[in-house]
Amino acid sequence: MVRQAANSMLYLDGVSISFDGFRAINGLSLVMAPGEMRAVIGPNGAGKTTMMDIITGKTRPDAGDVLFAGEIDLTRHDEAGIARLGIGRKFQKPTVFETHSVEDNLLLALKGRRGVFDVLRARRTAAESARIDELLDLIGLEPRRRDLGADLGHGQKQWLEIGMLLAQDPKVLLIDEPAAGMTDAETAQTAALLRRIAGEHTIMVVEHDMDFVRALGVKVTVLHEGTVIAEGSIDHVSADPRVVEVYLGR
Amino acid sequence: MTAPRLLDTRSVVFLTLIAVAAVAVPMANLAAEPGSALHLSSFAVSLFGKYLTYALLALSVDLIWGYCGILSLGHGAFFALGGYAMGMHLMREIGPRGVYAHPVLPDFMVFLNWDALPWYWWGFDMFWFACLMVVLVPGALAFVFGWLAFRSRVTGVYLSIITQALTYALMLAFFRNDMGFGGNNGLTDFKDLLGFSLQSDATRAGLFVASALALAAGFLICRFIVTSRLGQVLVSIRDAEARARFLGYRVESYKLFVFTISAMMAGVAGALYVPQVGIINPGEFSPANSIEIVIWVAVGGRGLLAGAALGAILVNAAKTLLTGWAPEIWLFFLGGVFVLVTIFLPRGVLGGLTAAGDRLGRRRRREYRPRTATSGRTTQPAE
Ligand SMILES: Nc1ncnc2c1ncn2[C@@H]1O[C@H](COP(=O)(O)OP(=O)(O)OP(=O)(O)O)[C@@H](O)[C@H]1O
Ligand SMILES: [Mg+2]
Repeated sequence: MVRQAANSMLYLDGVSISFDGFRAINGLSLVMAPGEMRAVIGPNGAGKTTMMDIITGKTRPDAGDVLFAGEIDLTRHDEAGIARLGIGRKFQKPTVFETHSVEDNLLLALKGRRGVFDVLRARRTAAESARIDELLDLIGLEPRRRDLGADLGHGQKQWLEIGMLLAQDPKVLLIDEPAAGMTDAETAQTAALLRRIAGEHTIMVVEHDMDFVRALGVKVTVLHEGTVIAEGSIDHVSADPRVVEVYLGR
Repeated sequence: MTAPRLLDTRSVVFLTLIAVAAVAVPMANLAAEPGSALHLSSFAVSLFGKYLTYALLALSVDLIWGYCGILSLGHGAFFALGGYAMGMHLMREIGPRGVYAHPVLPDFMVFLNWDALPWYWWGFDMFWFACLMVVLVPGALAFVFGWLAFRSRVTGVYLSIITQALTYALMLAFFRNDMGFGGNNGLTDFKDLLGFSLQSDATRAGLFVASALALAAGFLICRFIVTSRLGQVLVSIRDAEARARFLGYRVESYKLFVFTISAMMAGVAGALYVPQVGIINPGEFSPANSIEIVIWVAVGGRGLLAGAALGAILVNAAKTLLTGWAPEIWLFFLGGVFVLVTIFLPRGVLGGLTAAGDRLGRRRRREYRPRTATSGRTTQPAE
């Protein structure tokens, strides 16, 4: 296992957490290589979001190792610290800054200094403006750049949040249910977008939409009751009787 | 470009009004003949000066509440501490002219049979030292309190409750005679400031101008903060704290920064208030006072800065009129105004005026102007 950790981007081993005696995560182990994209599926309450909470420092596990880049113990850092290390996260419920414009949402997410006095003095640079233009093109929100976050539709908020994630230029992206509330066309576009940015980043995507997962065409991990019950290609896990029983066959 | 300007139209109007008041009010008192229609009594000058210090206090609350979502129900404490720091200097300025004619000790200490000045009164004979304490004491208290509260992620109602507890605890402490701040009676019977008699018209006019300048300076500091990128981060924290954290912003540092700045501003307001009303006592720490400040801000318009100042002046002018005429209904009136404004003018008087102005302008020009970020950012406080 130690050798495995050495070459990994994300390394979870024997991770457990209980809430009031209820084991939301139960001996979970999962390893992601640098540049890998992984889909995580599983029934409601399987612990997918909680796993992301643990990786991003929102929740501290009761037991287990959570390592980043093979050596950094993430359980010793807080949310902001982990974000600065290079782990970005999209929430299950799309969350953008509603009273800021689309453009300002991206500006605030751009990789850069986060100290109070640095930010107090910060003025928008040409490089930042250029990067924002690029991102707006990528997420298709150029025509709405001056609109408020609050005025976007559900799907557009999802995209804006993905854009904010990319603006951070993280090494690892944790994306919780990006296709929720999207039309089929939007879902296909989102899958295409993720495929385009894969490789440069390590990406973990949680999604219930099986067409979407299939469109990603990557290794799938199935979570159930806080633990991994199957792992492999989409066809491989779809054929697994336990997966069919707890998730797909519902 | 969506970056807001330091001085938008509303700010220019606001600063111009302060400048006009800073000139007109002293002129009407000092230059106009008594008895003429333009004459303003010295009492009125100090009363208006008091309103300006309240406006500065309201500004300090709006900075944290309107822009960062921190609802402090204990800001009266920072105001009172600034006031006490100034009051201590004014006490020492009395020197041997007190009733007991003690060369150093204020009357209340002689009365308590104290024979030496407590250490925490040292240095207050120097004006510059007192001025330093006016900002340092509230600032230090806010820093320590904020560090503990924000680091433990106390937010929302819980934070509001502990700020109330803070000011209440200070009130009880300051009521005690052995604290050395005059107990129940507080500090009063001030004679002069920097050698100028507090009773003279010129000094009162001077204090009014100083209050106007402090309000303008406080406003500019707030504008500088809220129009900077830090200001955008504050609003982000207000609207989606977790999102801001996961973007790498250490939320507690940002809250601590504005909370401390805000407490310092409140301290300055208190220091200017005390020489104009001639007294500071523990009543200034009462929890109800702090709640009233929040009402001023809500009435004027939260998250608009100028709105907070306007609210403080409007509500206190109404208070002066009403308490002279029917003091027993004041609290009902205040409560009623708060409820009505919350229901019918959720963005306060200034927010309502701005919206009405926009509608009028649009109808006149017969053109549709889409809502943009710059018009929405400051006029749409969440929660
Ligand atoms: N902070 C918490 N306190 C108490 N219980 C929690 C907490 N966080 C998660 N849980 C519980 O842990 C379990 C796993 O929840 P989680 O949100 O991780 O599931 P999920 O796999 O993301 O499900 P979904 O597909 O519905 O999003 C749930 O039963 C949830 O109620
Ligand atoms: Mg979930």
